[in-house]
Amino acid sequence: MQLCKVMEKDQDKILHEVTQNEYKYGFVTDIESESIAKGLNEDVVRLISQKKNEPEFMLEFRLKAFRYWQKMKMPTWAHLKVPEINYQDIIFYSAPKQKISGPKSLDDIDPELKATFDKLGISLDEQKHLSGIAVDAVMDSISVKTTFKESLADLGIIFCSFSEAVQEHPDLVKKYMGSVVPYTDNYFAALNSAVFSDGSFCFIPKGVRCPMELSTYFRINAANTGQFERTLIVAEDDAYVSYLEGCTAPRRDENQLHAAIVEIIANKNAYVKYSTVQNWYPGDKNGLGGIYNFVTKRGKCAGENSKISWTQVETGSAITWKYPSCILLGDNSVGEFYSVAVTNNHQQADTGTKMIHIGKNTKSTIVSKGISAGFSNNSYRGLVKVTKNATNARNYSQCDSLLLGDKCGAHTFPYIEVDNKDSIVEHEATTSKIGEDQIFYCNQRGIKTEDAIGLIVNGYAKEVLNKLPMEFAVEAQKLLQISLEGSVG
Amino acid sequence: MLSIKNLHANIDGKEILKGINLEVKEGEVHAIMGPNGSGKSTLASVLAGRDLFTVTEGKVTYLGHDLLELSPEERASEGIFLGFQYPIEIPGVSMVNFMKTALNEQRKHKGLEPLSSSDFLKHMREKKELVELDTNLTNRSVNEGFSGGEKKKNEIFQMAMLEPKLAILDETDSGLDIDALRIVANGVNKLKTPKNASIVITHYQRLLDYIIPDYVHVLYDGKIIKSGGKELAFELEEKGYDWLKKGVAV
Ligand SMILES: Nc1ncnc2c1ncn2[C@@H]1O[C@H](COP(=O)(O)OP(=O)(O)O)[C@@H](O)[C@H]1O
Ligand SMILES: [Mg+2]
Repeated sequence: MQLCKVMEKDQDKILHEVTQNEYKYGFVTDIESESIAKGLNEDVVRLISQKKNEPEFMLEFRLKAFRYWQKMKMPTWAHLKVPEINYQDIIFYSAPKQKISGPKSLDDIDPELKATFDKLGISLDEQKHLSGIAVDAVMDSISVKTTFKESLADLGIIFCSFSEAVQEHPDLVKKYMGSVVPYTDNYFAALNSAVFSDGSFCFIPKGVRCPMELSTYFRINAANTGQFERTLIVAEDDAYVSYLEGCTAPRRDENQLHAAIVEIIANKNAYVKYSTVQNWYPGDKNGLGGIYNFVTKRGKCAGENSKISWTQVETGSAITWKYPSCILLGDNSVGEFYSVAVTNNHQQADTGTKMIHIGKNTKSTIVSKGISAGFSNNSYRGLVKVTKNATNARNYSQCDSLLLGDKCGAHTFPYIEVDNKDSIVEHEATTSKIGEDQIFYCNQRGIKTEDAIGLIVNGYAKEVLNKLPMEFAVEAQKLLQISLEGSVG
Repeated sequence: MLSIKNLHANIDGKEILKGINLEVKEGEVHAIMGPNGSGKSTLASVLAGRDLFTVTEGKVTYLGHDLLELSPEERASEGIFLGFQYPIEIPGVSMVNFMKTALNEQRKHKGLEPLSSSDFLKHMREKKELVELDTNLTNRSVNEGFSGGEKKKNEIFQMAMLEPKLAILDETDSGLDIDALRIVANGVNKLKTPKNASIVITHYQRLLDYIIPDYVHVLYDGKIIKSGGKELAFELEEKGYDWLKKGVAV
């Protein structure tokens, strides 16, 4: 008993030391913005649509979604404590004021905005891009700038803000929007469908391999504002694209709501790789402030031999509710989900995936690595469903939890529904702790405790980090360590 | 180099070290022997700075520093190396990455630039040869799935990489077959200089056939009850510890 106490004290000390690091993207940009009044009603939905000068079909879509949402209740099945959200206290549209609207050249962008994205490590200047990444930079409710649009257009690739797609490619938007995540899907999907303001649109035509990584960087800046963006990626037959998503927000004592939708369609032989590094403001050490992150991400492997791969590194947000999923419709299609979710202090995460096997010979892989520290709670929730005709379907799931300290929680909720007897579903799960002996071993070789934890955690998450594109992987490694600083033992 | 005076340490109120005195000078090899549970590993841990143990009395001076004031990583960077009796596994962290991090942290502590990748790899290749370490072992995760012998060899390899001033080897010979024993001992001998020193903790006299100690100490019940030259090891091999224990009891 006594011995346990001694070790607990050590753990506390280490935990304390490691969790002191501050969120480094917490600054606010001082820029004039145009916001509508707080609150949500049908007029607000109409106003958003009007501000964006949308065609009629969009307004109808929004209104249907809004009316549907009004009849819904917030879901409570997740292993999360979500304080009541007052939708009348949120601003649903806020845009940095800009001289001109629509697509613009670099010179037309407010220097303050440019500086903000520079500070976040995102250059809006194409000249400065060596690594070949095209960026759609979104702040609050609007897209600020999309780079490399013209050179991509030469290949027939459409990469632009969602608003622009609505104006320039309404037929594509009409055809695909809501085809994977209908507005009836869930509470937050309905809300997003009613009030979403911007996001990215990406279309890779038949036979084209996108030569650069496409990325969207989401930044919340304005206070009391919700961010509701929508991303739609369509890969036609034999197309390929790798897509990256990053996000940050200022440090504030009030919680802010983020409810997004991502839809992916992969046609025959197409491959879409979607990577996220989610680093919204997580709140302070005592659990004050932070983003409520309710996201619906889903891909449809519509064609034969298509493949959709989700990789996520989740370190931010006070609350995360997110299940990037794959509908494996085409025969021989493949779905993958690789996830590292870190929670520290008072963060809560309920995240995982759904793999729905419908086509024959469909394959899915799930690798989830949860890391919990401080007083946080981290849950994996996954569904593997094999429908009657999905002959020869295969799934492999591996869910590991790593605990730092003994005041945090790790939970696993795997759901398996198999209606086809020729399929194989495998599930493995482990829970481990960072040992004080592992840390001491590193210390004894000259490695400080903080760095030791970074090393151990990155080792633990390696299988997932290896799936990230190079530039992202390095960032993600640092982020993992920073997220756990001041929190680990 | 190292001076231990009347060192007492306990864990959870239970006294384990009960007044240790030991002087180690540059160029010396000290062997510490003694029955199981007498406090050999505890002494090694306390010197390395493991805070599981509380020092209640005594003083340890190392190269002019008050050793007990330094953190474990500072001690490491100041040249103290502990070869663990039970090396720890760190899944997913490759030996290369581990050693590179360790070496560069120690260099940073000394105000040196990190080694370039090519210099590091060259250094590693040399040391691997020295301890006859299997090439692919360094690409694997730290100690994960290593055999008992590989783990021990890996400790010596790390010692060779970090070039400590004072190496404390805790039963590095246990569980080794005779070939591995020779390799480990060889590594230790090759790394010996007039400037560094080692404390070799062992159960068996046979290691001391390969590593010739200048002094042999017997640790029993938290105290050094007898010290002598290398002949003491032979005496222990022959007579066991009982004759010494009796001496203590009386
Ligand atoms: N972590 C620990 N918790 C409690 N007791 C310990 C711990 N480590 C060692 N001891 C006790 O300290 C004494 C000395 O152990 P140790 O130093 O490992 O001896 P040796 O290495 O000489 O075999 C033993 O009685 C052992 O049970
Ligand atoms: Mg021992």
